[in-house]
Amino acid sequence: MSILVIAEHDNASLNAATLAVVTAAKAVGGDVDVLVAGTSCGSVAEAAAQVDGVSKVLVADSASFENQLAENVSLLIAEVGKDYSHIMAPATTNGKNILPRVAALLDVDQISDIVSVESADTFKRPIYAGNAIATVQSSAAVKVITVRGTAFDKAAATGGSAAVEQLGAAHDAGTSAFVGEELAKSDRPELAAAGIVVSGGRGMGNGENFEILYSLADKLGAAVGASRAAVDAGFVPNDMQVGQTGKIVAPELYVAVGISGAIQHLAGMKESKIIVAINKDEEAPIFQVADYGLVADLFEAVPEMTGKV
Amino acid sequence: MKVLVAVKRVIDYNVKVRVKSDNTDVDLTNVKMAINPFCEIAVEEAVRLKEQGVATEIVVVSMGPKACQEQIRTALALGADRGIQVETEDKLDSLAVAKLLKAVYEEEKPELVILGKQAIDSDNNQTGQMLAALAGLPQGTFASEVKVADGKVNVTREIDGGLQTVALNLPAIVTTDLRLNEPRYASLPNIMKAKRKPLAVKTPAEYGVETASTITQLKVEAPAERQAGIKVGSVDELVEKLKNEAKVI
Ligand SMILES: Cc1cc2nc3c(=O)[nH]c(=O)nc-3n(C[C@H](O)[C@H](O)[C@H](O)COP(=O)(O)OP(=O)(O)OC[C@H]3O[C@@H](n4cnc5c(N)ncnc54)[C@H](O)[C@@H]3O)c2cc1C
Ligand SMILES: Cc1cc2nc3c(=O)[nH]c(=O)nc-3n(C[C@H](O)[C@H](O)[C@H](O)COP(=O)(O)OP(=O)(O)OC[C@H]3O[C@@H](n4cnc5c(N)ncnc54)[C@H](O)[C@@H]3O)c2cc1C
Repeated sequence: MSILVIAEHDNASLNAATLAVVTAAKAVGGDVDVLVAGTSCGSVAEAAAQVDGVSKVLVADSASFENQLAENVSLLIAEVGKDYSHIMAPATTNGKNILPRVAALLDVDQISDIVSVESADTFKRPIYAGNAIATVQSSAAVKVITVRGTAFDKAAATGGSAAVEQLGAAHDAGTSAFVGEELAKSDRPELAAAGIVVSGGRGMGNGENFEILYSLADKLGAAVGASRAAVDAGFVPNDMQVGQTGKIVAPELYVAVGISGAIQHLAGMKESKIIVAINKDEEAPIFQVADYGLVADLFEAVPEMTGKV
Repeated sequence: MKVLVAVKRVIDYNVKVRVKSDNTDVDLTNVKMAINPFCEIAVEEAVRLKEQGVATEIVVVSMGPKACQEQIRTALALGADRGIQVETEDKLDSLAVAKLLKAVYEEEKPELVILGKQAIDSDNNQTGQMLAALAGLPQGTFASEVKVADGKVNVTREIDGGLQTVALNLPAIVTTDLRLNEPRYASLPNIMKAKRKPLAVKTPAEYGVETASTITQLKVEAPAERQAGIKVGSVDELVEKLKNEAKVI
């Protein structure tokens, strides 16, 4: 068995989502190699080489890989990955964008968003917004898999000393170009990695009112998330959405404020260790999953809580 | 330009599914079915492109049993011009769907193919990307804005860190995210008109596509249920519990 893990990075640093994939790869068993495709991404390769349990780091440094365009990177991964038993990537928007292309190029089915490794060919994955968990077995020659980051512990970022190998490969499909990016800037922890998440819903009323959540979050060292309704209403940007079609989080503490608890929202946060709900409607479904529910007006309860934690 | 839209028949998003007691699958008997919400957004986007004079014809395709003609008719009522059903009782995996779509793509030669980013039943998020790879086309996945101009399509994509815009040569594949548009409701006259729009029925065999999957579903289980906890009476009590009972702050 040999597993190729696709590194997620921004050409400067290795994204922690990759560490959870390394843990899943180790559970499969066999050598774990990491592929870093990018431009001037030497520091990423160095970081990957130090990850505990990694045997070898393969680096493909080319201008055509700078922005992770799926058309280009998938050609590389299919070429490098075809001799491996497994190709695994994080189920981030980047992994979801690229990996199905790789699977199709290799003419194999893909298994998306696994939450456990039962054996080298059998995995568990949520379906129907997490309302059912399917156990699936793959007979494909190369098993192409995306991994849900919150379901696996992160491999230690240090302790390894893998060899770094440069690949000459440069692929440019010539059909797509990067135009631009608007990335949200925040000093708060990243949603998917935070130990505490405070999320606001439609009940927040408007974008300015999110300030009271930011104050609470900063006091707790928390990341801030939102329901789709809050994002659709324009209160906050899309990258804050938690749920079936947004980000999946599983922090130690999740505080849902002015969120009703639709199944699509629950799909993104119900694996949290402790859930707190603050809602003025005592019938809100969010209370059915909350460890601690507070029936209160959020505009009074949240500032009070900020003062007391 | 011609636009091809793929729509999938899935369980209605308001329905909470239950797992069968023998754990072989979820129970879909007598459950309300509907067009996948992301596919509905795909149809709406195509209709808007036609209203802007960018698209000239909208062909909608679905793979599945005869019942998926209902979802094709829904798309026709929203403004698509004609439908294609690829009839099969088999459980198609995304790769098989993508292979069938590629065959339809080659026959229809559209300039743009729009799909949903994921189906809310299997939550795979694969088909559009697989079709793009098989057809050798560029892809704009998780689209929140689509602009066609000068032989290219600019797609703004919802990514983990924010938004990204890519320019794709046509023909291209686009998969929709939730904020791309808000689908209209079909009017009664349009629902009536849709009944008379052409709908061709094909089979995978006619396209020479093998639909077997390498994936076997061994078991389907209900997730561990979360027990509802307690209601606290005040912020003081909440903070006290979080500090001393749950020990998370
Ligand atoms: C295909 C599909 C995918 C989806 N994906 C997602 C997803 O990924 N994530 C997601 O979140 N949703 C998703 N949704 C939307 C989901 O169905 C719900 O519409 C959404 O989660 C509702 O958001 P909300 O709870 O903020 O709003 P609402 O349901 O409107 O709830 C607002 C809550 O705030 C409370 N409230 C109001 N004022 C106050 C106050 N002053 N103090 C205290 N409480 C107050 C109310 O009692 C109410 O319970 C999806 C829907 C579809 C169809
Ligand atoms: C073992 C197994 C059991 C299954 N059991 C069932 C079952 O009980 N019931 C059931 O309904 N399905 C079943 N399926 C089929 C499965 O749910 C999906 O149809 C298939 O995996 C495609 O994945 P997806 O729709 O999640 O693709 P995604 O990649 O998430 O879909 C993205 C988009 O692709 C397009 N698309 C996907 N499928 C179609 C289609 N058929 N026609 C037109 N466009 C499409 C749509 O635009 C959709 O929005 C089963 C599959 C397997 C392998």
